[in-house]
Amino acid sequence: MLTVRGISRSFGDHRVLEDISFDVKPGRMTGFLGANGSGKTTTMRIVLGVLAAHGGTVSWQGTEIGPQHRPDFGYMPEERGLYPKMKVRDQIAWLGRLHGLDRATAEASTDALLADLELGDRAGDRLEELSLGNQQRVQIAAALVHEPDVLVLDEPFSGLDPIAVETVLDVLRKRAANGVPVLFSSHQLAIVERLCDDVVIISKGRIAAKGSRDHLRRSRAGERYEIVVEEDAGWVRDVPGVTLVELDGPRAVFESVPQQVLKAAVDRGEVRSFTPVVPTLDEIFKEVI
Amino acid sequence: MARTSFAQATWLVAEREMRTFLTTKGFWIGFIVTIAGLFALTVLPTAFGGDDPKVAVVGSASRVVEGKPLDVREVATVEEATELVRSDDVEAAIVPDGAGVKVVALNDPPSGVISQLVDAPPVELLEPSEVSSAQRSVTVIVFGLVFLMFGMGGAAIAQSTVTEKQTRIVEILVSTVPVRALLAGKILGHVILTLAQVVVLALVAPIALRVAGLSELLAVVVPALGWFVPFLMFGFVLVSSMWAVAGALVSRQEDLGSTMGLVMLAVMGPYFAVQIFFENPAVLAVMSYVPFTAGIAMPVRMFAQQAQAWEALVSLGILAATVAVILLVASRLYTGSLLQTGGRVKLSKAWAPAE
Repeated sequence: MLTVRGISRSFGDHRVLEDISFDVKPGRMTGFLGANGSGKTTTMRIVLGVLAAHGGTVSWQGTEIGPQHRPDFGYMPEERGLYPKMKVRDQIAWLGRLHGLDRATAEASTDALLADLELGDRAGDRLEELSLGNQQRVQIAAALVHEPDVLVLDEPFSGLDPIAVETVLDVLRKRAANGVPVLFSSHQLAIVERLCDDVVIISKGRIAAKGSRDHLRRSRAGERYEIVVEEDAGWVRDVPGVTLVELDGPRAVFESVPQQVLKAAVDRGEVRSFTPVVPTLDEIFKEVI
Repeated sequence: MARTSFAQATWLVAEREMRTFLTTKGFWIGFIVTIAGLFALTVLPTAFGGDDPKVAVVGSASRVVEGKPLDVREVATVEEATELVRSDDVEAAIVPDGAGVKVVALNDPPSGVISQLVDAPPVELLEPSEVSSAQRSVTVIVFGLVFLMFGMGGAAIAQSTVTEKQTRIVEILVSTVPVRALLAGKILGHVILTLAQVVVLALVAPIALRVAGLSELLAVVVPALGWFVPFLMFGFVLVSSMWAVAGALVSRQEDLGSTMGLVMLAVMGPYFAVQIFFENPAVLAVMSYVPFTAGIAMPVRMFAQQAQAWEALVSLGILAATVAVILLVASRLYTGSLLQTGGRVKLSKAWAPAE
């Protein structure tokens, strides 16, 4: 498990991170959300040791992370870039060797990854000859070539078309399924909603919310329910103790006394659906930041 | 997973650096031009400079040129001879003047012609130099140019460093291997490349001299080359560490110009200093101990047989010590500035301990 505890960091007088703590659990995709400038990238750079923290610790399997661990990490920096003039396969294999693989293993791993990322036919091209979306996939390959123990990816999906997102997602899921903790940041909430297991939301340098995606949504559900009945649901407002939030023909959203409302509805006729209203990640995000 | 040792990481960086450099067209073009230039410099002077001076001779003056190595053209009148001088068809005219002769030339006394007409007194050299001053100036030019070429070639290190900063691959690199391994690898890669080029040039130079018919010079040049190579290599490490810092201080290729000035000065300054002062033994002797100029000045002195082997060794020692110090300074500056982006990093900020 990757453990971040009490990280803080300033640039000059400006405090950009304050007491950031969260875990990235093995085998789980952890989405790291936050508005622009909220501290996502700074946090990730600190985890990778590219930037020093002004307080707090980052540990891997209980030991504080040092340079000896980092070659086992896979990192995709926020601002993309590999060597523009180097051939794709040479470049990825070289990075694999730099991370400690021998030449044969690095090349085999490169070929397998490029095939998985559907880049096999571009292996001999220079990076700069590829489209931006394809360069992005090469960047993913660069983070994965050495079969890292931990993956830290800054905005891995930005700039990818929906099909490429699926391709990359498959590759990442495969790693997560093998027990690798995956931390990835994104501002595309729909994607995060769909693919992450855990969520960490950061706002103005502080943790605003964290936990498993489902737990987070349920815990934020509050006392709000939605009922859909056969005919007009206007009667809901007459149930004692109820607060009607929204009424739209046979559909009503209300707060408090759910059992009484349900009972009344059943007495009146058919109930089409009755559910607690679970906020989307988007709604939670807007609420907490 | 197996760890990459510092040495392995350095070698991997060096290997990539060399491979990248060897696949650029500019490198090969530059190298071929250099070899061609070397041939031109040694072969051309003998091809063009060997002719006898042309003179026009009038009447009785012809007796003084008999049997002399001059290209003589006899004309009838003094006016005709003067005209040939004016039109630059001959270097000088030799015309009767009273009982003797007079030499007519355009604007300078034609020393080559005059020396043929007078009986020079015998000369005895107490310490004959095996190397003529012409040969020495050729050596100064060649050593200087080679040094300049490789020194400026070090700019490739600055460029490759900026590329890494600009593309941010540097973040992946520093999270993988020590920053010092990056610096060491870059310098090592370019030192090997330079050494390989020098070896090729050192093999080609004797061939060029032989083609030019200067075989006797070969005996003098070869030992001097033996000194030039170590000086060149240490000098190259010195400037390459500076180039690396120049690259690390900026974030974009376009800004490189602002930090390259000092390094260019450190490369070109010595070149010009030696070109200007090489005739002055005292200044040359001082320059042969100053680390930046030693790379050219000491091998030139060795070539001209003005210095003893121990002097070269002392100078090489000073140079090596300077290299060690500069490397330490450069590695701190490089580490301090590599991850700083946005604009140019001030030296003081690069030097400051990491936050």
